[in-house]
Amino acid sequence: MPFIPHTDNDTQQMLHAIGVDDISRLFDEIPMELRCGHLDGVPEASSEYEVGRLMRRQAERDQVGLNFLGAGAYEHHIPAAVWELTTRGEFYSAYTPYQAEASQGTLQVIYEYQTMIASLTGQDVSNASMYDGASALAEAILMAVRVNRASKSKKVLIPRTVHPHYAATVRAITASQGIEVVDIPYVPDSGRTDLGALQTHAGTDVTAVVIPQPNIFGVLEEVDELADWAVEHDALGIALANPTSLGLLRPPGEWGREGVTIVCGEGQPLGVPLSSGGPYFGFLACKEALVRQLPGRVVGRTVDSEGKSGFTLTLQAREQHIRRSRATSNICTNQGLMVTAATIYMSLLGPEGLRRVAIESHAKTRALTAAAEDIQGVEAVFTAPNFHEVVLRLPVPASSVLERMRQEGILAGVDLSAWFPELLDCLLVCATETKTDEDIQTYVQSLREQVEAARTMG
Amino acid sequence: MSEIPAELKYTKDHEWVRERDDGSVILGITDHAQVSLGDLVFVELPETDSVIDAGDACAIVESVKAASDIYLPLSGTIVEANEALADSPELVNTDPYGEGWLFRFKPDTPAELEELLNSEDYERFVAELHD
Amino acid sequence: MSEPLIFERGRPGRSAGAQFPRHESAHELPAQFLRERPPLLPEASELDVVRHYTRLSQMNFSIDTQFYPLGSCTMKYNPRGCNSYAMLPGFAARHPLTPESSSQGFMTCLFELQEMLKSVTGMSAFSLTPMAGAQGELAGVAMIRAYHVDRGDEDRTEIIVPDAAHGTNPATATMCGCTVRELPTRADGDVDLGALRELVGPRTAGIMLTNPSTLGVFERSITAIQDIVHSAGGLLYYDGANLNAILGKVLPAEMGFDVMHINLHKTFATPHGGGGPGSGVIGVGEKLKPFLPVPLVGSTKDGYRWLNEADVPKSIGRLSAFMGNAGVLLRAYIYMRLLGQEGMERVADYAVLNANYVMVQLRQAGFDIAFPDRRASHEFIVTLKRQATSYGVSAMDFAKALLDRGFHSPTTYFPLLVPECLLIEPTETESKQTLDEFIGAMAEILAMAKSDPAKCKDAPTTTPVRRLDDVRAARRLDVRYQPPEVQISAEIVDIAEN
Repeated sequence: MPFIPHTDNDTQQMLHAIGVDDISRLFDEIPMELRCGHLDGVPEASSEYEVGRLMRRQAERDQVGLNFLGAGAYEHHIPAAVWELTTRGEFYSAYTPYQAEASQGTLQVIYEYQTMIASLTGQDVSNASMYDGASALAEAILMAVRVNRASKSKKVLIPRTVHPHYAATVRAITASQGIEVVDIPYVPDSGRTDLGALQTHAGTDVTAVVIPQPNIFGVLEEVDELADWAVEHDALGIALANPTSLGLLRPPGEWGREGVTIVCGEGQPLGVPLSSGGPYFGFLACKEALVRQLPGRVVGRTVDSEGKSGFTLTLQAREQHIRRSRATSNICTNQGLMVTAATIYMSLLGPEGLRRVAIESHAKTRALTAAAEDIQGVEAVFTAPNFHEVVLRLPVPASSVLERMRQEGILAGVDLSAWFPELLDCLLVCATETKTDEDIQTYVQSLREQVEAARTMG
Repeated sequence: MSEIPAELKYTKDHEWVRERDDGSVILGITDHAQVSLGDLVFVELPETDSVIDAGDACAIVESVKAASDIYLPLSGTIVEANEALADSPELVNTDPYGEGWLFRFKPDTPAELEELLNSEDYERFVAELHD
Repeated sequence: MSEPLIFERGRPGRSAGAQFPRHESAHELPAQFLRERPPLLPEASELDVVRHYTRLSQMNFSIDTQFYPLGSCTMKYNPRGCNSYAMLPGFAARHPLTPESSSQGFMTCLFELQEMLKSVTGMSAFSLTPMAGAQGELAGVAMIRAYHVDRGDEDRTEIIVPDAAHGTNPATATMCGCTVRELPTRADGDVDLGALRELVGPRTAGIMLTNPSTLGVFERSITAIQDIVHSAGGLLYYDGANLNAILGKVLPAEMGFDVMHINLHKTFATPHGGGGPGSGVIGVGEKLKPFLPVPLVGSTKDGYRWLNEADVPKSIGRLSAFMGNAGVLLRAYIYMRLLGQEGMERVADYAVLNANYVMVQLRQAGFDIAFPDRRASHEFIVTLKRQATSYGVSAMDFAKALLDRGFHSPTTYFPLLVPECLLIEPTETESKQTLDEFIGAMAEILAMAKSDPAKCKDAPTTTPVRRLDDVRAARRLDVRYQPPEVQISAEIVDIAEN
């Protein structure tokens, strides 16, 4: 039996010590009418070799050559050392660091992670991570509602330029807490949040405003104006930031006159593979004054009984296992393994490396945009500066172009019409530092062929 | 045995109150409470002038193993919070009836103070808990 | 052993040059957007980094290195094959928004996982998206509420939770806008049925239970419980944390549960990773099927497709940006394929055998078992109240002394109902040999508690640090490194009134 080490001899000795003659006796407290039959829906066991062949076959079915998809999950080079170190058994199979003396490795990693995230985001403190960016945003909103006691409305303004899956997640998670989510439209030319539309909420009770940077279109928002608006209207600004971009761009703690005091986002770009959408991790950071409202785990530095420096989970009194029904959140986990990977990734890249990855990703997307706009009828939709994604409008139906390019081994972009019906035949395209000039040529060449083919047919 | 000063009034939530000449009432937590909580690491106090109903939570005392709500035993308005606790929450442990006071409030109906436990009632209450 | 911070290992100007683009392109981003000062990230060589994190890993206890009998955590062996195959390039490099036509391999695994989970639980449908047990609970309670509201029964806002329950249960109820009603437990470990009858009524949305309970014993009156709650119009939620004890023996659906979550990182051997990622997949009976969180994997005659809000119009919505912890799901799938039907049916046999064996041996060694007249499920509780009173040695001291003997301690001080407790769960992947060593260590510590209690209270002495001052950690909050040039006070946080 896989992973069960008992020999018959072992089992017999143990049963004898317990004083029963058969394992089945150990279940005698379970009423017979509740006992189930065989687990018929589970196939026969396979050896590791057999499972390996099966999994390889399944994985091969899904191989695609070139990935130009972004929309919340980004392909970056992950140094080999990141996952070799992260999957060391001492990290991989360790538990939550509740027994601090037995977990100094994990605890120190998290302390280092907290330091890096706080600095990247321009904040004072970071927690040990949330499940992902979308749920981190939901928790950030719940936090803002707790913090902004002067505001009674629980009204939260979320630009339409926030990733639609994030907005949907926020709604699902905050639904029963009386949070009113209000959309703010975007300006069709620039692709930025409409400040005029935001202004219509002036004079009303707004609890919080979410500020994405970059936004779902890859466009850079007017973050200073948005941050200042929040402050002027007694609302808490919540920044939703891409962490790679923070290697290059001014952090939310420095937006506007006073900075934004809560920052969250998706940490996947920092050393976590695309892995079909998860596991990822969300980061959440804030200013020192708000630290006791921060959900999730926090690691603190202290000393041991001999005065030696060490690390431990702290502020646990706010958490579910102590505060129970009055906890800041029900969250019990952090994404420990992903945080370990991200910390190692950030250590290998350093400030210079992260900056370069950001710049090169931006540059590749610009190069792709310029080359694509050379195709007759293809144009970038938005005029404002963007980070590493672009929205291209095609002169022909997007879905067949996408399908044809997929057959050639290129995932050419996300068809935005599903999320934004007004953006018909528009693709959200992302090129990171992983794309060479040849890759971009391949893309543009294929796109040109498909557009022209569709035009002649249609 | 925990200390239970005779001149104070008590609640079943392990709070003590002391009436002042000006009619305001000082509130803190008892010796029994501070021992159960352990070393305090943080105290969250109510804002001055907040109006609170009887039975509502208005403050939180936090140790490493617990974060307990403090309930206002009578409806009233907060007059003053003990600012010293921001830097030194351990005062609640070392001097729970003196320098470890939490806040002072003006009760809407001072007569309701009579309904609180006296020191003997509270002593009995604590003894029963340990059975 | 100690290790400076990675920031202290590096030096200004050092870098791991092979790991980022060799050239820096010009860019025309407006200056107003740009950082003026670089972020505080390490400036270290690749060797600095590798050495640093390797050394840090060596300061951890882990299943791969130590026996880890944490109750309610199911620290069974995390098979290496699960990791290797889940990280195959076709899976690891797959973008979540890849069209279905290029996702059939991945979706096949997920669909089959949904089906296998239905088999082992008796539930009618599963959503794989909740990213942790706590998120599964959130989904479950939200679905229960949605069900009642959908039937026009808006007033059902009370969730009944046993006083012995895990903290996530009441925390989740509150997060879903419900109020918690606490249900007392009797001295023999079963919940108080009389009290339950008093608690149920027209405001009851449901009850959250785990079975076996957090006390390590099977809730014998579960049929009566489900009768009482269902008759009152409430639903039953099963917290799957202890599924390892009854896998292949009892189907939660047949115990009357309407909805449940499974902790894949417990029962299905996915890695704990130092605190995550987990996965709290959620299964439902027919009543709650319309409300499942999306996306789900649906089958068509040609293969598989995603079922979204349009397909599940009454869904409680989505809980994550994509479809949850896909990599964890794949690991669980691989584990289930490795075990197969027979393996799945044996897990509980050996988990329960191991727990009962350790319980009997510890009792003989002089320990007090909290429920001595009950069978252990896959875990059991030892209470050290007597030792605490007689020798002044607490459960905490025992836990720390175990670390010195190369064992991670059991869960301490949970459940809250039993004073000075250790909740011990060996799991089925541990051999008799390891269990005997653990029993020997416990007996040794007991002897030491009697003869030299100070030594117990001094433990641990062989770990990288001694006992840590957690009061200081909370009072003088130091949660990030500040390089020496920056002067910031490390004193207590001031409240800023907002």
